[in-house]
Amino acid sequence: MENCEALIIGGSAGSLDVLLRVLPAIRPDIKFPVIIVIHRKHGADSLLPELLSGRTRMEVKEAEEKEEIVPGTVYVAPSDYHLLVELNRTFSLDYSEKVNYSRPAIDVTFQTAAEVYKRKLVCLLLSGSNSDGVNGLKTVKEWGGTAIIQNPETAQVAFMPQQAKQHVKIDRILNIEDMAEFINLLS
Amino acid sequence: MELPLISDEQVEILLSDLLEHYGYDFTGYSKASLKRRVIRLYSLDKIPGFAEFRYKIINDNVYFKRFVEQITVNVTEMFRDPVFFKTLRDVVLPRLGTYPFIRIWLAGCSTGEEAYSIAILLKELNLLHKSLIYATDLNPSVLEKAGQGMFQLSYMKQYSENYILSGGKNDFSSYYTAKYSLAKFNDELRGKMIFSTHNLVSDHSFNEFQLILCRNVLIYFDRDLQHKVLELFDDSLEDLGYLALGTKETIDFSRISRKYKRLQSEKIWRKTN
Ligand SMILES: C[S@@+](CC[C@H](N)C(=O)[O-])C[C@H]1O[C@@H](n2cnc3c(N)ncnc32)[C@H](O)[C@@H]1O
Repeated sequence: MENCEALIIGGSAGSLDVLLRVLPAIRPDIKFPVIIVIHRKHGADSLLPELLSGRTRMEVKEAEEKEEIVPGTVYVAPSDYHLLVELNRTFSLDYSEKVNYSRPAIDVTFQTAAEVYKRKLVCLLLSGSNSDGVNGLKTVKEWGGTAIIQNPETAQVAFMPQQAKQHVKIDRILNIEDMAEFINLLS
Repeated sequence: MELPLISDEQVEILLSDLLEHYGYDFTGYSKASLKRRVIRLYSLDKIPGFAEFRYKIINDNVYFKRFVEQITVNVTEMFRDPVFFKTLRDVVLPRLGTYPFIRIWLAGCSTGEEAYSIAILLKELNLLHKSLIYATDLNPSVLEKAGQGMFQLSYMKQYSENYILSGGKNDFSSYYTAKYSLAKFNDELRGKMIFSTHNLVSDHSFNEFQLILCRNVLIYFDRDLQHKVLELFDDSLEDLGYLALGTKETIDFSRISRKYKRLQSEKIWRKTN
């Protein structure tokens, strides 16, 4: 694997517990940003970054439009906007139609980042009940990036990683307890 | 490897075509979103090749209009972000109520849901009779829709919930009449709106306002263009007037920010004198 320039984690139903378990075990001095796109209700905006920042020494913040993406920082996609990665490694936000009934859609972030980071992108798809993220992982593979899923058998809701497994050439299938170590070894 | 349907270079070519042939300048828009829209349209319309796409846009006026409509994002709602509308209702509009006449500019109004929301607030505050809402957008087609004041009846449940959360006390359905699958909003609201095209990139200030709202438009612009547009707003706002942006937008980075004071936790700023 090439060295990693960005890790993006996408998830839906059942993924928050995974994050809460994995995040504390990630080394705070990792050399890449962690971008998190989780489906959730519109409105409860600042809660998720707050919740996550209690679990890590890395800076956790909501991704802002035009913000420069900095290594060692955890960015959370705001609710009700799509989060896109620009060629100049900044974020932009988009209030366009929902994709897979979701905004933010995991597909949108995976796909725009795929073209930017190419071989140096790692995307991890967690538990969830719809197929958001699957097309995104396809694009990631087309651009030479790495596609990883949570083991559907250990996922609270298997559908999302299961769909990815069926339709995409997945590089690694991880159990929750192995995720942090895998991430720590990326560099 | 399967390449994307349209490359960054091809997007640039289309943008310079638009500028050269139609005078529409999209070069200051955020690229990732724009490219997604272009690719979406390209596959939606099953265009056989890039050359054909380009030819159609340059030579077919009707298709050019479709192109502009489709690459801009027109999604909107009534009383979107209810807390924002609550602040308009409780703080901003009552203060403007002391003026003999209230001029409001709603820039990037899309299909008008926001304009009708504001008119409802003004009505409930007894200010509608002395107010005028100038609602502008780049796209003539969304303005035409806005002027009709008809929205999907099936959305009214959500809008009514938003309305109540924004502090609305009336029966929301008293503001419209149901017609088949549509809700037609009362003419009284429509009577205080002026719809017209205005391109924030190239058109100038056209009046002075006490309140300017431009929500979820600046996110599509790069920083340079954001600077420029914020200056246009500053030129168009009276002293002590208010500027309101979308939930994820800010003036903090801009040259005008030192003249403005933010209101509470909302994305509303007041111009100081
Ligand atoms: C996402 S909508 C926002 C609608 C509404 N303000 C809201 O927040 O719900 C963005 C609108 O901005 C308009 N727009 C985009 N570029 C523009 C420009 N250069 N000048 C004026 N309007 C523009 C689009 O046509 C679209 O209707």
